[in-house]
Amino acid sequence: MLEFLLNGVPQKVNHCDPNSTLLDHLRTQLNQNGTKEGCASGDCGACTVAVGEISNEVDSETGDQADNSNEDNIHYKSVNACITLLANLHGKHVITVEGLANGEQLHPSQQAMIDCHGSQCGFCTPGFVMSMFVLERNHDSPPNRHEISEALGGNLCRCTGYRPIIDATVQMFDPQLSPSKDRFSEQQSQWLTQLRTMNKEDHVRLVHNDKKYFAPTHLEDLAELMLRHPNARLVAGGTDLALEFTQFLREIDTLIYTGRVADLKRVETTDNELSIGAAATYSEFSPALLAFYPDARELIERIGSRQIRNQGTLGGNIGNASPIGDMPPLLIAMNAQLVLRCGDATRTIAVEDYFVGYKKTLLHASEFIEKIIIPKPAKNSVFRAYKISKRYEDDISASCGAFSLTLKDNRVSGVRIAFGGMAEIPKRALHCEQALLQQPLSSDNIANAARAMSNDYQPISDFRASSEYRLKVSQNMLTRLHLELTHPENEHATRVINHA
Amino acid sequence: MRNLPELMPPQKTQSDEIKGAVHTNIAHESAVRHVTGKALYTDDRIAPADSLHAYVGLASCSRGKVKNMDLSAVRAAPGVVDVVTLADVPGHTDIGPVFPGDPIFVDQEVQFYGQPLFAVAAHSHDAARKAVRLAQIDYQELDADITIEQGLESQSFVRPSHTQARGDIDAALLTSNRNLEGSLQIGGQEQMYLEGQISLAIPDEEGGITLFTSNQNPTEVQKLVAEVLNVSINKVTVDMRRMGGAFGGKETNANQWAVIAALLAQRTGRSVKIRLSRADDITATGKRHHFRNDYKVGFDDQGVINGLAMELSAGCGFSPDLSDAIVDRAMFHSDNAYFLPAAKITGHRVKTNTVSNTAFRGFGGPQGMVAIEGIVDDIARAVGRDPLDVRKDNLYCAQGNRDTTHYGQTIERHILPGLIDQLEQSSNYRQRREAITAFNKENSVLKKGIALTPLKFGISFTVQHLNQAGALIHVYTDGSIQLNHGGTEMGQGLFTKVAQVVATVLQVDIDTILPTSTRTDKVPNTSPTAASSGTDLNGMAAKNAAETIKQRLVDFATEHFQVDATDVRFHNNRIYTSEQHSISFSELVQAAYSHRISLSATGYYRTPKIHYDRASASGRPFFYFANGAAVAEVLVDCLTGEYKVSRVDILQDVGDSINPALDIGQIEGAFIQGMGWLTTEELVWGEDGRLQTNTPASYKIPAIGDTPEIFNVALLENSPNVEATIFHSKAVGEPPLMLGISVWSALRDAIASIANYDLSPVLDTPATPERVLRAITQLQQSKNTDSKADSKAPSKHIDNSMDIDHA
Repeated sequence: MLEFLLNGVPQKVNHCDPNSTLLDHLRTQLNQNGTKEGCASGDCGACTVAVGEISNEVDSETGDQADNSNEDNIHYKSVNACITLLANLHGKHVITVEGLANGEQLHPSQQAMIDCHGSQCGFCTPGFVMSMFVLERNHDSPPNRHEISEALGGNLCRCTGYRPIIDATVQMFDPQLSPSKDRFSEQQSQWLTQLRTMNKEDHVRLVHNDKKYFAPTHLEDLAELMLRHPNARLVAGGTDLALEFTQFLREIDTLIYTGRVADLKRVETTDNELSIGAAATYSEFSPALLAFYPDARELIERIGSRQIRNQGTLGGNIGNASPIGDMPPLLIAMNAQLVLRCGDATRTIAVEDYFVGYKKTLLHASEFIEKIIIPKPAKNSVFRAYKISKRYEDDISASCGAFSLTLKDNRVSGVRIAFGGMAEIPKRALHCEQALLQQPLSSDNIANAARAMSNDYQPISDFRASSEYRLKVSQNMLTRLHLELTHPENEHATRVINHA
Repeated sequence: MRNLPELMPPQKTQSDEIKGAVHTNIAHESAVRHVTGKALYTDDRIAPADSLHAYVGLASCSRGKVKNMDLSAVRAAPGVVDVVTLADVPGHTDIGPVFPGDPIFVDQEVQFYGQPLFAVAAHSHDAARKAVRLAQIDYQELDADITIEQGLESQSFVRPSHTQARGDIDAALLTSNRNLEGSLQIGGQEQMYLEGQISLAIPDEEGGITLFTSNQNPTEVQKLVAEVLNVSINKVTVDMRRMGGAFGGKETNANQWAVIAALLAQRTGRSVKIRLSRADDITATGKRHHFRNDYKVGFDDQGVINGLAMELSAGCGFSPDLSDAIVDRAMFHSDNAYFLPAAKITGHRVKTNTVSNTAFRGFGGPQGMVAIEGIVDDIARAVGRDPLDVRKDNLYCAQGNRDTTHYGQTIERHILPGLIDQLEQSSNYRQRREAITAFNKENSVLKKGIALTPLKFGISFTVQHLNQAGALIHVYTDGSIQLNHGGTEMGQGLFTKVAQVVATVLQVDIDTILPTSTRTDKVPNTSPTAASSGTDLNGMAAKNAAETIKQRLVDFATEHFQVDATDVRFHNNRIYTSEQHSISFSELVQAAYSHRISLSATGYYRTPKIHYDRASASGRPFFYFANGAAVAEVLVDCLTGEYKVSRVDILQDVGDSINPALDIGQIEGAFIQGMGWLTTEELVWGEDGRLQTNTPASYKIPAIGDTPEIFNVALLENSPNVEATIFHSKAVGEPPLMLGISVWSALRDAIASIANYDLSPVLDTPATPERVLRAITQLQQSKNTDSKADSKAPSKHIDNSMDIDHA
């Protein structure tokens, strides 16, 4: 049986298809039709809802959690209901657009949208309002333009051109709009009690006709389930897997959810390395990763949308072995390692060795990714990651390049370069690296290395980009890197996005 | 009723004016419902118990004979109740809106990849979707034309070509000091309304159907359903409360799904809902036409045009749909704002084995306009002048007989020269031009560009009989009002504006007026809500209805209170019969009812003055023109082709705006949509004719970060429409989309800086980073190899293979 809160009201679901989504449940079972379906693929945000989970205060710098349960609160994040499995919501609090107003008193996000003329056809509006609601709860002061884009980049509007929505997102922080009663704070302790009771259940499971769903909480139980069900599919955020249901109409017999396994959510930093549990979401692990690699920020903020980053996990991005995932090239350039587990046994392999062919990996049956180990950048090393896509936000890379260089006496003493979108797997640019190694960073050497890249990759042409463009723009990333390293004071003159 | 309702005591307000009068910024009538999730779209209505869900099976080849269609597995699939093909249609099998050519389902020969072959009704949406995938179809594949070039090669057209001409174009080109020629590929555009295609059909007595549908044209779908079901039109009722966006994509392309739902409802006797998945919606419904425009232009040393010859070849897809009118409108706008002393504009309606392209905001106008704007930019670079100066010198003007279009309509009001001057000042165009030139000299990687492009867009349906509208107003005995008219609400604020009109005429607060669903049983025989005409037509019809009721009330008050009609004054929810005496609107309404005065009235309007003779390609097709201009500034990365739009200034003439806030919303939204069309929104078909960019994951409309950080939008002040339009406002729905052309123009300006503005880059649209980088590379190479002497574009013909995926 599943239990969760919906707009503060406890829900018990005894029978449901483990493949069904939250959006379908809201619209077809509960007639809660405020949440809209725009694409059923997590690309438009019309179905955005807020999902609250019990949370300790998270240190935004390190991602470390303070171990003090008195500080518990409910932390809300925006997610796409269309690609959220209903079963994954056990023990969580779902807030939909129907749950925002307090009687006649609209939430500031709603009132500001009206005051700023932020809705036209109104179909995307509930999704925007929900993303804004989450932003309002997690921010004390009006966000700047960059923060607004990052929080709302996953909500598409075809009518307004966004200007009034941007205005409304600032205006909702106007104290005059604050409701006299904030029920999300007032009722929090009551809801926390209910959620804690639900979360005492260690073995959430569903059986529906021939389909099974398990949501263990302990790593050992997960490993055991994987041994017992070698054909089971692991589901973490489900942002990719759910497309199999909504787009391809497939059915998956056995699903095992990783999101309740505390060990897989852990993010730990030591002096030398960072360890990220496979089920940690982008939102959860990126503060710690960015502490090590601040130059990865732009790329991480451009992976999917905020809704996707709130659900998607590092293990999932690696596990589905897509040639266009954005994290693998970064991890390869960072020389990250994977810890794989099968039963009690673990083994460690380099991320670059993990991918063996198109959507093929070294993973055995019943084996799964437990965590990802990222070494601290070496002294005198620089890191850059560049993503090229048609649209800046929430788009899939035509090419994604990651560069890690160590410089000694103005020569390249170490280099790891990897690309996504350039081959059938995320792959290192070994010829290119070779051309740079032990050489000074001169224009000639950069040009040589760029030429060498054509031996590393023979990219395909598809609707995202032609083979020629993929190669040329990837080569030009080297030029950009060179400009940034040799003219650090002038960095802004080399990037459209950074330019004031 | 025996007893009249008790009237609430009138609310004391500070204001001396009614709430929601015309020319005020009242919020959208559904704004509260939008933000609370309570606005009902078709899929949100509670369907009758035991409703069925329909879905369509789509063809998987671009052209081929159907040798065998085995649907036995579909029929046997869990939950399936009924399966229909073309053979099961009792009435008309073709739903072409103007010309035949659009069969409900494939008629023996598949015409495009994704064409519906059959439909099922099942117990659930999921069951229906899964069932259609079980069909076994054998095709005998035939040669297919996918691109415009292939269609031209085959001389395959959905409608005959047509020419608008004036003067001796050959002589004009021959005697011009300067000539340019070129070709521009213009991409299409997916409407990407957030609410996909959907219809719910509920069977009624006598074979009738009540239809809830997301559709811009309730009357047309009513007529088509009647024809397909073989019943008279009066047995079909269409109810359309609101659409989650449409943009032209639900002008004709919503009909097919409604017809299929109605057909299955009639057969099963049960309600049937059909809702397309996003990928199938994008695959199986038409888009903005892609064009290939080839041109020759002659001009003098100052860049003033002597003559333009342009051939517009539109990729129409497999059927005529609205392509005749769309290509005509592209031709009507091939001048944009510029006087063409001699012109020969020919439009080809090229047939391809792709989905039939259809209406999209601008309706062909943008594709004509973008070409001439590119030409004027190229002329400016050829003669070494700022493009803005060349634009100004080519504008229509009252002097020197430079005020008639190439189709013979006289430009009576010359708004653009003053409007452009004003925008040039307010945007600091000249200073920024200088700063940009300096910036470009100092920076090798980043380049800036700026462009001011004007807009002149003809307002009226070019099919004359569509320029009419009806309205129906009921006043109830508590003083509340229901407002109904033939226009549909798709987010543009039509219902709000028309309610403002009625509120103003009757002098009542807008809160007392409830705009209700557009229904064919309330206002019959309506036109599509399209061509930017919604408020012009329906506002006037509603005004007419409101004035009828008002006149009855005046007549009644005159007799009842024994005063002169001239003494009766409606103001701020009250009716004054003298300075001292007044009663509330609702009190007057009750008194009138008690004295048996009708409180319901229809209204009607037809647009005056318009006429057009297509045979001679001359006349006055447009009641008036909408004008505006935009200045866009961009920043381009020459290493990657990435760019951003850093600042946009817009000045738009909307006449005396009925609702400035809503009009600004239309302008901003249209601009961003036009920008998307020309930048990130790329439709890519494979060689097999399958559309590869059929989800928002692969087809990228602008996101929030694409909105320029500096975005100044202003309405031209003191510019009432001289024509007798509704409160002297002007249409706003489509025109500002074409202001997005300024972004494309600015991108070309930035790229041209690489060659010191001596050469013009070839930049087909959409100008994706890839195309921008290619244009940069070409210009860098031309700069190195070309001497400066030849000022022609570096290459007249670009390899267009990128449009087709060879992966």
